[in-house]
Amino acid sequence: MGASGTGETVLAYDEAMAAYDPVMGLEVHVELNTATKMFCGCPTTFGAEPNSQVCPVCLGLPGALPVLNAKGLEGAVRIGLALNCTIASWCRFARKNYFYPDMPKNFQTSQYDEPIAFDGHLDVELDDGTTFRVEIERAHMEEDTGKSSHVGGATGRIHGAEYSLVDYNRAGIPLIEIVTKPLVGAGDRAPEVARAYVSALRDLLRALGVSDVKMEQGSLRCDANVSLRKRVSDDATSSEQKAVPFGIRSETKNVNSLRSIERAVRYEITRQAARLAAGRRVVQETRHWHEDTGVTTAGREKSDAEDYRYFPEPDLVPIAPEAAWVEQLRTTLPEPPAQRRRRLQTEWGFGDLEMRDVVNAGATEAIEATVVAGASPATARKWWMGELARQANTRGLELSALAITPAQVAELQALVDAGTLNDALARQVVEGVLAGEGGPAEVVAARGLELVSDDGPLIDAVEAAIAAHADVADKVRGGKVAAVGALVGAVMKQMRGKADAARVRELLMERLTP
Amino acid sequence: MATELTHHTAAQLAEGLRAQQFSAVEVTRAHLNRIAEVDGDVHAYLHIAGNTALATARSVDAALAAGEQLPALAGVPIAVKDVMATQGVPTTCGSAILKGWVPPYDASVIRRIKDARMPILGKTNMDEFAMGSSTEHSAYGPTRNPWDLTRIPGGSGGGSAATLASFTAPLATGTDTGGSIRQPAAVTGTVGVKPTYGAVSRYGLVALASSLDQAGPCARTVLDAALLHEVMAGHDPMDSTSLTGQYPDVVAAARRGALGDLGGVTVGVVRELGGDGYQAGVRQRFDEAVDLLTAAGAKVVEVSCPSFTAALGAYYLILPSEASSNLAKFDAMRYGIRVYPKGVDDPTAEQVMAATREVGFGAEVKRRIILGTYALSSGYYDAYYGSAQKVRTLIQRDFAAAFEVADVLISPTSPTTAFPLGDKLDDPLSMYLQDVATIPANLAGVPGMSLPAGLAEEDGLPVGLQILAPARCDDRLYLVGAAVEAALTSRWGGALLDRAPSLDREAV
Repeated sequence: MGASGTGETVLAYDEAMAAYDPVMGLEVHVELNTATKMFCGCPTTFGAEPNSQVCPVCLGLPGALPVLNAKGLEGAVRIGLALNCTIASWCRFARKNYFYPDMPKNFQTSQYDEPIAFDGHLDVELDDGTTFRVEIERAHMEEDTGKSSHVGGATGRIHGAEYSLVDYNRAGIPLIEIVTKPLVGAGDRAPEVARAYVSALRDLLRALGVSDVKMEQGSLRCDANVSLRKRVSDDATSSEQKAVPFGIRSETKNVNSLRSIERAVRYEITRQAARLAAGRRVVQETRHWHEDTGVTTAGREKSDAEDYRYFPEPDLVPIAPEAAWVEQLRTTLPEPPAQRRRRLQTEWGFGDLEMRDVVNAGATEAIEATVVAGASPATARKWWMGELARQANTRGLELSALAITPAQVAELQALVDAGTLNDALARQVVEGVLAGEGGPAEVVAARGLELVSDDGPLIDAVEAAIAAHADVADKVRGGKVAAVGALVGAVMKQMRGKADAARVRELLMERLTP
Repeated sequence: MATELTHHTAAQLAEGLRAQQFSAVEVTRAHLNRIAEVDGDVHAYLHIAGNTALATARSVDAALAAGEQLPALAGVPIAVKDVMATQGVPTTCGSAILKGWVPPYDASVIRRIKDARMPILGKTNMDEFAMGSSTEHSAYGPTRNPWDLTRIPGGSGGGSAATLASFTAPLATGTDTGGSIRQPAAVTGTVGVKPTYGAVSRYGLVALASSLDQAGPCARTVLDAALLHEVMAGHDPMDSTSLTGQYPDVVAAARRGALGDLGGVTVGVVRELGGDGYQAGVRQRFDEAVDLLTAAGAKVVEVSCPSFTAALGAYYLILPSEASSNLAKFDAMRYGIRVYPKGVDDPTAEQVMAATREVGFGAEVKRRIILGTYALSSGYYDAYYGSAQKVRTLIQRDFAAAFEVADVLISPTSPTTAFPLGDKLDDPLSMYLQDVATIPANLAGVPGMSLPAGLAEEDGLPVGLQILAPARCDDRLYLVGAAVEAALTSRWGGALLDRAPSLDREAV
């Protein structure tokens, strides 16, 4: 087996959907962006030197005790409220007991039968503009584990590794686990629903300001449970279809991009369908998603009987959020993303398709921030959906991960509007900013990209061009105005692009026409 | 004898230091010498921290010479139970699995002791991870009872109690999960207090059962216990279960109690904690104490706490459950010993964990981990852990009802006097029964004290009297305890410990 594993036999998607009805359950782990960890005062900065952000508490040293981070609780309650959940009036933490080297106490402080938030929903907009309601089972608080790296061996997994390293910087980072109820009735749109749900959730969490929601850094992670049941009706939402018992599920862990979620669910549907169609069983197990080959491979077999011996965490006092405080937090909720999208569309004057593209590209926030920073909606859209989308794509990044800020994009556009840059130069400035050379103004200065706005050098170049291409100049004088283009080109070449072409044309025409 | 510095009470030492009758270095040195002299026999200490103790003493002397205002117990040495994390000083909890572990941090209660400028003499022996009533479950060998070196000093805090009874420390700390402060106090003729749950921070105490553990003072007199109690107790933001708000003045209560007037105090004798199963000499000393209380003006009534009979059973479900989880962290990955499995070429992390825990934990620890793991398992949780929590609620109700009619409750601390070493090692249940009278207080979170009630006639060994009070009313323990102590010492013509063997080499 290679590093990425090889897939099993799959059924064509259409065939799979003709025979089976998919049911999904999505578990999303969100790292909160609190300054300190869930139960101690250690910083949470991403990418720090391994084991530099640890203390007796998050290392699980003998005697150390947890203390709840009030900001973590606040984030959990706000997430619960934004997901239309009921907030528990009294709840506790619980210990989830199992042994693993990256878990300092060999139990995870989590919540079990008393989650902070439960019974909610999120309305998710699909590509065609229709809405799918995702029922939320619960959102609960817990702590992240450390991070193991397995060195040596072919797979990067613990089996076959020569040795393993553990970084406890991540241990104790506040996590909120958001669990959906079984998603039924999505039919052949199940993969799309999965992607759209995580996307909507990500937008919501970002709007709440509670998390960095960077899937590539693991601050938003999704586990997708998928099972198939026999299709008995063309309509996935029909009551006969809903009456069919669920099949055995697989759980694909840590799928870390929106596109991968859709692909992974789709793959699981076709893989499970092939097994069922061949009369084989689906194994209840965790599976790993391989981005490069687009397949999942078997992980650990997981039975429902797996016993974590949960019991209420005696080191933490019960949580009883006061109703008044919860209501006060409710007033801090941002506008729901769908409503906000409709408002922004109107404000920006975008067409339905334009807006949908923007949303699907995850560019709404960036455009909004760029507009706030002074750019027009049209130019903001042009940058984020054009050059910047292309740059992100080339680099395999999400738009939000590009090393350019909306304020820098607005600054760039202002330079274009002021005539300091033309579009071609502006694209070079983008390259510079993305390469870490500084802000637009710095890149313009450092690379010498500014348009020559002083007429002196331009006039010299214009006259040189007229002299060098006397034949063309004569044609223009003779009334063939279109021929001026060749002269403009010559001047621009002479100026190495750093001239405003419109101004060059103007200067040429002044000299060649009465 | 009583003029020796090691035989002063903590209160006397504090007074003498302030009056500069002797120096803190002299006091610390006297104790270190005494340790060198007698602790080979007693084995109360696992680790002696002589140099740092003397350094603290020197700084106290310098401060006293400079006329600085110092905390009440500055310069008074103390022994610390090895379950408390001490920065730079080994902390083993009496377990082989933590052999060689030197904590990088101080428990909050250690921080408070250091802030009080008290020289820490060393770390005291204990049953492994505080599981036991005899200190025989220490991986480093048992502690012997200074009253009779062939007998147990109680447990788990037998080491701390023995330092007091052998005069190798004037004060010591303990932790009490089901009686680990009070039962050793009872069988060594010393004073031990389990404060209200949450009064003393648990941060840095290696947890046995988080919902039951409570640290407290061990001393030779009620006043000394109060002075140390005051140092140890106080809110700690590092412990979520730490009490906030008003806490009573225990030192004032001890001084008031010593005047001997208990007029207006109602004392409840708990019917379920006595009678059959309690040694005759223990019952006799207890009955005398009841008479003394009456003579001091207290009204004595009998109260019934029917659920107490289920306390031991509930305790031995809750404690192992929490302990099985608390002890999971000892896995050879980050600290403590690491043992590789024999005959395995390329062991997995899981195999190393298992091999280390197999070698590193003693039999009693394994027994309780297995019990707790079982009690928490799905399918058994409701029947065991769930039912035990219900019993706990019933016990709390019994206490509440009893405290409606009585200000404090009393009982013998332990059903027996110190038993011979090895006597109960093969019979865990009879060992567990040692704590039958002390466990209810832990299940309810209420404070309790044990103080000497005299010697049992049949064996001449110390008997303890237990006093229990409502949560946050720790002062009542000291009021009543000091009154009983005053009456008894006057009857005896001196402290009970004056009758203990001297242990001096030349005297043997």
